[in-house]
Amino acid sequence: MNKVYNNRAWWLILPMLLLVAFSAIIPLMTVVNYSVQDVFDAQTRYFTGTEWFVQMLNDPVLQSALLRQFAFSLTILAIEVPLGIGIALLMPKRGWRASAVLILVTLPLLIPWNVVGSIWQLFTRGDIGLMGWSLRELGYGYNITSSPLDAWVTIIIMDVWHWTPLIALLCYSGLRAIPEAYYQAARIDRASRWSVFRYIQLPKLTNVLVIGILLRFMHSFMIYAEPFVLTGGGPGSSTTFLSQSLAIMATGQFDVGPSAAFSLIYFLIILLVSWVFYTAIMNMQKDKQSGEA
Amino acid sequence: MAEITLKGLAHSYVAAPGGAEDYAIREMDHVWQQGGAYALLGPSGCGKSTLLNIISGLLSPSRGEVLFDGQTVNDLPPEARNIAQVFQFPVVYDTMTVRDNLAFPLRNVGAPEAHVAERVKEVAEVLELTDQLGRKAKNLTADEKQKVSMGRGLVRDDVSAILFDEPLTVIDPQLKWKLRRKLKEIHKRFAITMVYVTHDQLEASTFADKIAVMYEGQVVQFGTPSELFETPNHTFVGYFIGSPGMNFLDVAVRDGRVMAGEIPLPVSEALCAAVAEAGTTNVKLGIRPEFVEVHDAPVEGGMQARVEHIQDLGTYSIIDLRLGDMSLKARIDEDQPPPAEIAYLRFPGERVGLYVDEFRVEVQA
Repeated sequence: MNKVYNNRAWWLILPMLLLVAFSAIIPLMTVVNYSVQDVFDAQTRYFTGTEWFVQMLNDPVLQSALLRQFAFSLTILAIEVPLGIGIALLMPKRGWRASAVLILVTLPLLIPWNVVGSIWQLFTRGDIGLMGWSLRELGYGYNITSSPLDAWVTIIIMDVWHWTPLIALLCYSGLRAIPEAYYQAARIDRASRWSVFRYIQLPKLTNVLVIGILLRFMHSFMIYAEPFVLTGGGPGSSTTFLSQSLAIMATGQFDVGPSAAFSLIYFLIILLVSWVFYTAIMNMQKDKQSGEA
Repeated sequence: MAEITLKGLAHSYVAAPGGAEDYAIREMDHVWQQGGAYALLGPSGCGKSTLLNIISGLLSPSRGEVLFDGQTVNDLPPEARNIAQVFQFPVVYDTMTVRDNLAFPLRNVGAPEAHVAERVKEVAEVLELTDQLGRKAKNLTADEKQKVSMGRGLVRDDVSAILFDEPLTVIDPQLKWKLRRKLKEIHKRFAITMVYVTHDQLEASTFADKIAVMYEGQVVQFGTPSELFETPNHTFVGYFIGSPGMNFLDVAVRDGRVMAGEIPLPVSEALCAAVAEAGTTNVKLGIRPEFVEVHDAPVEGGMQARVEHIQDLGTYSIIDLRLGDMSLKARIDEDQPPPAEIAYLRFPGERVGLYVDEFRVEVQA
């Protein structure tokens, strides 16, 4: 057989390669480059190997920021996902009400991050903020600048307010995609409202929920602007999350090496958690090979 | 188990229906007797599925009543009517195993687990799903899913009736045949009223003892397959049942003779009188292609027709004929040689039906 090999077609992937190089590989490699060196100035640098990584992993400040970060992400997921599903179930299905509710629900998503922070900063002020003032008038000494609990609760409420609509919208579209025949069959099978949710709606929402949870996890794990504007990471360091610690280190103290190492660790954690979550969900849908069959 | 009566039933999807064309179901009365195997046959869009959904309670009729054993059930939701319905496209609960899917309708009313297991086993055997019981329903093929959907209907042994809405659409032909026989078997064994919606006359006549033919929102005839074939009540039934459908000739009486266009038809005097009395111009004579006598030489009382096309279908042939300016079809057995160009036709008197305004009129001999 005389097969002609023409490998010129490989050139066609060049544009894509360039694009990916500039958008991902080169920036990432720059960070990798810094993470294994100690840079003093343009001429003076020392190779440090894994030193920065070890140091970062053992840094108690970052360790506690990491724990705080997980606590925050898990809390907002635990609230936003059920709440979003609930809102989606309650939203009207058709007519002008559906459009009106959709717009109302979507509104918080359109507000930029630091604006959200500013809004809540004003909202929670004890002297002029509606919420802060009201709570104080009701006799609760609400103060996000001195009480870590108040600060935490406020940041969580803020995030729930800002991002639950995303879950609700995704679920709403997922629910609309379920054919009417499923609901009819369920009525014929005399299924309860709970069974309809558990065996029809929830399974059909799995795919949009996976997307929603992944987005919300990644997003919340990188949260920066809102708490930065609202509490500045305080009181103390009680609401200082990972991005803020990183920003302080990289741009405040100009510790390029450690912050590069830390960035990579940060990135790998997000990647790892997302991958584990996604794989676990996808495995749930497969047949169990050694099941009862 | 129940006798299902439809009384003055009509349904429209339009909020304020005007004429008859706004109605998906035109006013009708009908009785499905307890334990019968019925087919509801008709073309797409004739209101079959609407009627089924009204019986099961998924849809509330605009007018009229649905009675189960004489009790009005109009206000009862499907869950309270204790009725099973299988839809055209498979509906399975994805996350459940086949076993749990089949058990679902029973568990929902808190049936004892021993009874559930027994019923599931029985139905799985009938539908040949036993090997699949442990699998997740999500991963089944389309026809396996449809078997599961049917199984959920069959698993309930106390239902008023089981309604099938073209359940075999997604099933491949060989399995179709088998499942239809299974259904018939199940019907014999449990004596449950079954109503089977289809647009396929073969499917209807193999499944049902009695067929209701629906046309434009009405049941135009309700009878056994042979009644539908031999004495169709309505021109639509004649045309829809049989392959090819019935021949219809527009006729009128002129000079004391029944004329089809320019051709005088040799028919009985009684029939001639009946046509004359019809009092409308919409008068047709109907005869099935199977009953048209075809001769290749002149015969007494034979009409001369031109042969236009012969279709040899193995055990029989279908001949397209031209009689004056009208075309008709005849079906002859393989042992009769078909005429080449000119055929002489005779219509046996007892096989000719008179249709006035599309409905059959009995002629007193």
